[in-house]
Amino acid sequence: MNDEQTTPTPGVSRRRLLGAAGLGALTVGAAGAGAGYAVGGRPDAVAPDPDALPVEFTGKHQAGIVTPAQDRLYFVALDMSSESRDDLISLLKDWTAAARQLTQGNEVGELGAVSGPPLAPPEDTGEALGLAPSRLTLTIGFGPTLFEKDGKARFGLNGKKPEALVELPPFSGDRLAENISGGDLCIQACANDPQVAVHAVRNLVRIAFGRASVRYSQMGFGRTSSTSAAQVTARNLFGFKDGTANLKVEQTKAVDEHVWVHGDDGPPWLVGGSYLVSRKINMRIETWDRESLEGQEAIIGRTKGSGGPTSGGDEMAAIDFEKKGPDGEPLVGAKSHVRLAHPDFNDGVQLLRRGYNFVDGSDGLGQLSAGLFFISYQRDPKQFVTIQRSLAGPLNDLLNEYIVHVGSGIFACPPGVDAQGYWGETLFTV
Amino acid sequence: MKRTLAALGLAAVASASLSACAEEPDASSGAIAVAASDSSCSISSTDLEAGPATFKVTNKGSRVTEFYVYADGDRIMGEVENVGPGLTRNLVVDLTKGTYEGACKPGMVGDGIRETLKVTGEAAKPLSDSEELTAAADSYERYVESQTGALIDKTTEFVDAVKAGNVDEAKTLFPVARTYWERIEPVAEIFGDLDPLTDGREADAKAEGRDFTGWHRIEKQLWVSNNTEGMDTYADDLLKNVKTVVTQSKEKPLTALQLAQGSKGLLDEVATGKITGEEDEFSHTDLWDFKANIEGSQAAIASLRPVLEDQDPALVKQLDARFKALDTELNQHQAEDGSWTFYDQLSKAQIKKLSDAVAALSEPISQVASVVAKSA
Repeated sequence: MNDEQTTPTPGVSRRRLLGAAGLGALTVGAAGAGAGYAVGGRPDAVAPDPDALPVEFTGKHQAGIVTPAQDRLYFVALDMSSESRDDLISLLKDWTAAARQLTQGNEVGELGAVSGPPLAPPEDTGEALGLAPSRLTLTIGFGPTLFEKDGKARFGLNGKKPEALVELPPFSGDRLAENISGGDLCIQACANDPQVAVHAVRNLVRIAFGRASVRYSQMGFGRTSSTSAAQVTARNLFGFKDGTANLKVEQTKAVDEHVWVHGDDGPPWLVGGSYLVSRKINMRIETWDRESLEGQEAIIGRTKGSGGPTSGGDEMAAIDFEKKGPDGEPLVGAKSHVRLAHPDFNDGVQLLRRGYNFVDGSDGLGQLSAGLFFISYQRDPKQFVTIQRSLAGPLNDLLNEYIVHVGSGIFACPPGVDAQGYWGETLFTV
Repeated sequence: MKRTLAALGLAAVASASLSACAEEPDASSGAIAVAASDSSCSISSTDLEAGPATFKVTNKGSRVTEFYVYADGDRIMGEVENVGPGLTRNLVVDLTKGTYEGACKPGMVGDGIRETLKVTGEAAKPLSDSEELTAAADSYERYVESQTGALIDKTTEFVDAVKAGNVDEAKTLFPVARTYWERIEPVAEIFGDLDPLTDGREADAKAEGRDFTGWHRIEKQLWVSNNTEGMDTYADDLLKNVKTVVTQSKEKPLTALQLAQGSKGLLDEVATGKITGEEDEFSHTDLWDFKANIEGSQAAIASLRPVLEDQDPALVKQLDARFKALDTELNQHQAEDGSWTFYDQLSKAQIKKLSDAVAALSEPISQVASVVAKSA
């Protein structure tokens, strides 16, 4: 958890700046009124909107993993364009400095978006001026190719690559495209305002030019997983509640057991970190929409309205896999999604899911290019592999008729940073 | 249409004084003989006195050659372009105490065959900020001067080939002549009305309700129709407009700040026009233009180098490294004979790498104008 005390970050506050730069007309009336939130305890502020507040950047673990899932995602995978170790370290330092500012609602750089010299391009791109921090979190991960490519170690990281950090095995039904898979680095930006997330990624990408360049990126909306018991369960684009049985931040023991890399897991630099698995899953929306309600519910193993299991009870009710219907068949079918993904049938394995819906427009034939950008965090990627093997295995999840995995990524997310450190510092010091 | 520098409000910045150091005087006694062959570059004297030096460049090889005098960081002190086999041309360069390099470039490609030149004598007194800016503008003016001669020569050859109906020859000359145009594009663009007529695209001409003219009109005829029918007027107008741009450029040289903006403008040109293959949509000779834009940008930065070294040495280091990285990426697409891979034969991965290298360079280049302004 990110429970350390707030540390002041350098830079210009996006909202303070508006007034200071003489743009008072934009915030007409009492300062801060109508904004619905405040940073730094402004005396005249109205009750803060919790969705607009900043999330602490520092901590034992990176923010954005067990942080209650925000509403929007902008995920980006990058490849190093430099092979220099110094470039990698300086990039991680520059990114960390910018991330400290961005997550606290400040502008990037010393002079920000509008206070710099008139003939120089502004340090901050400016589209988040006047916007609240919006619970922005920025989470970094390192892909297998950062450590090793074509059999050769990179950036002097010999021996640093975690054994578990290997490309995921092929699963039946995968239709992966290389240009939307993999990556040396990834950054997950989550916020309650999509423009805040886009602004953050855009500025980080800009800082990286010459050292790293974007391989692919993905926008997401409508978090499909709740990661806190305080959150209602959101729905995916099939119209079903998704993430009901997800690990929740309040289950501290389970989170510790299933999400964070422990001292005896190794390697030492990754202790307190986690593994991120991303899967871009296209949904065959139109065919799904033609499926009967009963059919849809049988495929998922939950009712569409309440989200309760088809074996009965409300959303949070325990699933009874034995209970049979009048036809003598189990009410939660053997090939239903909920059964194949359930810990009881996967050696007790659990994931912390943090996926988002996406719509990339239409496919030219009038059908939605849409689906789920699945993200899960786990102590060991084997957890994901176990569940995905179950879903794509011999029993073959009924849902597979309606989905296809087109992108895949695996990243080792280093532990959190303190007030001085930088992302991935342990990689170079431990 | 591109934004002109004037439209950016830079016109008010003081203009540099005219300098005429690249004029070609009669070969005087005491000239330094440069014998350029296809594989050697022999300079009769490499220990020089400070002051004006005249290089008499004779091409003894079989390929067209160039001769450059470079200061630190490949800053061009002077250059003669387009010296045909058997021809002799003179170059006068005013050199202060220091170390330079003379370079012959047979085939007009690559880094050239180089020899070190040592200049002794009166040490130049340090220039004031404003003198440095003037010197930078003068240095770039010498570069423009060196390009415009070849631009007119090669455009004339191209126009002659078009009017004579020599399709193959015209196709060969098209990207070569454009090289000189693209290197000094910031100069060409400052005269906003001529740029669309000489280098405009078909879609823009249509949208603006004017006849499609200039380089790309003839390009379309050559590559799409594979003939030169109806091109005489376009060819004549092209040469006329190119000559006008050259005349105007001499009357109104760029200021240091304008050339700082120009160095960035050239990279923007690459990022928006060449990386996308839009510039030469019929001939796909975009990499010729690409390289020329980069060379032009490099020449502008080289002229500004002393100013930048004073104000921000770290930026100079980064620019050097990233120009080098881009050159490495780009030059692998050039053949022995100097020709470039056609854009439509590049893979998406190759284009991505070029794009990454351009973006990497564009970020520090975008800082140059502000650094130069600090000196003003």
